[in-house]
Amino acid sequence: MSLRLRAGFGVLALAALPAHGQALDDRHLKVIDRTPAESAKVAVVLAPPVDFTQPEPFEAHPGGAATVRVRANADAFSQFSANMPFEDEMRFKLGNALFRKSWVAAPSSTAASDGLGPLYNARACQDCHVKDGRGHTPEGPKDGRVSMFLRLSVPGGTSPEAIAGWLATQDEPTYGGQLQDLAVPGHPPEGQMNIRYGETPVTLADGEVVSLRVPEYDVSGLGYGPMAADVMISPRVAPQMIGLGLIEAIAAADILAHADPDDANGDGISGRAQIVPSAEFGVPMLGRFGLKAGAPTIRAQSAGAFAGDMGLSTRLHPGPWGDCTAAETACRSAPDGQESGLRDGLEVDDQSLDLVVFYARNLAVPARRAPDAPQVLRGKALFYGLNCQGCHVPKYVTNRLADQPEQSFQLIWPYSDFLLHDMGPGLADNRPEGRATGQEWKTPPLWGIGLTAQVSGHSAFLHDGRARSLIEAVLWHGGEAEAARDAVVALSKPDRAALIAFLESL
Amino acid sequence: MSRFLVAWAARIAMPALAISATSAPALAVEKADVLAHYADLAAAGFDDSLITARALQGAVQALIAAPSETSLGAARDAWRAARVSYQQTEVFRFGNPVVDDWEGRVNSWPLDEGLIDYVAQGTAENEENGYAGLNVIATPKFTLSGHAVDASTITPELISTTLHEADGIEANVASGYHAIEFLLWGQDLNGTGPGAGNRPFTDFIAGDGCTGGNCARRADYLQAATDLLVSDMAYMVDQWTEGGAGRAAVLADFDAGLMAMFTGMGSLSYGELAGERMKLGLMLNDPEEEQDCFSDNTHNSHYYDGIGIRNVYLGRFTRADGRVMTGPALADLVAEQDAQVDARLRAELDGSVAALKAIKTRAEAGLAYDQMLEAGNAQGAALITTAVNALVAQTTAIERAVAALGLSQIDLEGSQSLDSPAAVFQ
Repeated sequence: MSLRLRAGFGVLALAALPAHGQALDDRHLKVIDRTPAESAKVAVVLAPPVDFTQPEPFEAHPGGAATVRVRANADAFSQFSANMPFEDEMRFKLGNALFRKSWVAAPSSTAASDGLGPLYNARACQDCHVKDGRGHTPEGPKDGRVSMFLRLSVPGGTSPEAIAGWLATQDEPTYGGQLQDLAVPGHPPEGQMNIRYGETPVTLADGEVVSLRVPEYDVSGLGYGPMAADVMISPRVAPQMIGLGLIEAIAAADILAHADPDDANGDGISGRAQIVPSAEFGVPMLGRFGLKAGAPTIRAQSAGAFAGDMGLSTRLHPGPWGDCTAAETACRSAPDGQESGLRDGLEVDDQSLDLVVFYARNLAVPARRAPDAPQVLRGKALFYGLNCQGCHVPKYVTNRLADQPEQSFQLIWPYSDFLLHDMGPGLADNRPEGRATGQEWKTPPLWGIGLTAQVSGHSAFLHDGRARSLIEAVLWHGGEAEAARDAVVALSKPDRAALIAFLESL
Repeated sequence: MSRFLVAWAARIAMPALAISATSAPALAVEKADVLAHYADLAAAGFDDSLITARALQGAVQALIAAPSETSLGAARDAWRAARVSYQQTEVFRFGNPVVDDWEGRVNSWPLDEGLIDYVAQGTAENEENGYAGLNVIATPKFTLSGHAVDASTITPELISTTLHEADGIEANVASGYHAIEFLLWGQDLNGTGPGAGNRPFTDFIAGDGCTGGNCARRADYLQAATDLLVSDMAYMVDQWTEGGAGRAAVLADFDAGLMAMFTGMGSLSYGELAGERMKLGLMLNDPEEEQDCFSDNTHNSHYYDGIGIRNVYLGRFTRADGRVMTGPALADLVAEQDAQVDARLRAELDGSVAALKAIKTRAEAGLAYDQMLEAGNAQGAALITTAVNALVAQTTAIERAVAALGLSQIDLEGSQSLDSPAAVFQ
């Protein structure tokens, strides 16, 4: 028996309201203001290319001076920023060790490693972020679902006053914000996510047929009674980890400069900023991380994952029970891994969270492969010709930073605007998050995408890994990206291959 | 090579590091000679590692042919001797891509040893690693990541291409020194208490008297893993002899080659040894955070890492057979530019070797490295902290030496820093 969950209450017909009176700043960074001369230089270097017969200067190194050479194996995403001073290497290595570490249930003799759960999706960060790359969908009924889970919510609740356009949702009353499919001994897991795939063929202009995998989700084995009738579910595959510190170092103003909520320029692409309350700073901030940009900083994202995915407390999420709700009483009252006077009275102390954040901030972007190959350059010209860069904004110059030499004032090439876009009903999870509607997703960065198979052993893309290749991922684009998608369908075979070759070179 | 230059540009751009004002006279020691000697040291170090791996291979064959307390002891001694040579080569890893890309095949840790062989009940449960309890030795046929695997014959190829990092999980270490270590010692179930792994020699008796089950397959695995270690090491020797890729890379660009030398010293000192291998274990009080955890040989592995770092700077290497190699050294280049910087770095290198020696001495006197990691073991914590601090201090001295050689002045070709003189805006 399984409970079929129908996703969502549909798209809210809310206008995309701009946020009023909110100066979204970079208070998470120690910014040294740009001089006018620097701003002028930046404007020049960020100008779009005019010559597609050769690569742009510096294009080969998408992470700026932090770019690393491409390792020929699955470690390609696991390197530290190439421009890292020696003294930071220790922090990176310690952070990596914590990222790898498997947590255990409390109480345990290894007091420094206990506090897992009681409900959890994974015991270690890297269990979802395998090799610091993308997670994957289950390959069969017995395969672990560990690098993928379901987010849960129901409509209603309150909205943060200061954030315009917030779509009020709240945790599912019994199961919380996500479905934990594992639990420590003595506690039932919340349930199991099940996926069924159907196939839909798409015929391209040249006659080639691409079959798209259409997923359907449900939950079986519910451990704590029925879910709310109006529950909304959103399947999420763990995103890749590279370049996060560089994304965090982009000036909020530079991201907001690409926002066009009312499509004033009439190109069919809006682009709206996610704005979320910051537990760290107590003010609304620009959302940058997560599939709907629900986290403003790497620290917020990491602390959220410690709590939701592993049931571990941090300064930002001090509840040792993680995502257990008040309805899950045994879970709330189970032994925890917090000892007064030890590790700041938390399961993950401040030092450990700092180290994990540092690690995540410095996972480096590998160099491009053959950016000067004629086919790649042809693909790049097509990419611009089809206006893919309308959302996948190629390049930025990061803030100059007083205390982060690795990320400071770098020319970077993430290919994302980090804004929310309506991607159409096909990709919709119909589960709003913050200001993002049930049809909106944050543009994901494309850097490193061509190394996915090498690092992760699969080529599954999009928020729930449904696309089995880059062309499938492109064909899933709808909504604001429908015109670009249709143009790809119309491409000749060699041009389509060139476009894919360009993406593979990123 | 250009990315090393980029990396170093940032390292030495730190304000605390004043660039030596000394103008460079004609050098008595040529960079080319220092680099050629460095490549010779690498070739010799890996050659020693190959020789000692072959000795281990012979000892393993003897163990399998006639398992006994003696033959198992001899194989363990051969493994320990092999580590002495190999650990002195680790300084070549960082900064030399040809070594760094290969290193995981021979020296990965920690491992989910239940992938390979039987383990104590309750120690192989890791629900994120479905293969943590696979036990290849007991399982000739299994499914790995959805593919059927026929492991009825255990070969080096099976270990290197199918089992190692199975399912993309780093803990699935199937090859190298630590896989062999596990097969020779077994699990160390003593936690932070005294004692190493205690596998009985009867685990290798084919037929009657076999303990642990599947003794013939266990012997096959041990043999195949040792054969693989020998062939992996032979490959690396080739990279450093005439015409090898490692030698060619460091000689292709002298300043980049010197950077590779310093990078190896600095990255091993600070991030790898002081950080990942020492400070972390102390932070977590976790006996699993010990590199040679089955054999309780960690004190030697740390010590010979330290010796290796000093070898590269001084251009000296005492080979396994006692021969001493000397030649044009990085130290000579630094001393010509700034005798004080050279003296300071020599002193720091001696200091870290002494601190690592203190750990080794105490371990040999009965307080094993995993016992030092126990929460509340003040003596152990002090020994490890002293060594960590010495390695950190040494890294600062290395950075001064880099600056003394004026390597911050090199052309930053390929740099993406917008501060770089090569930046696009003119």
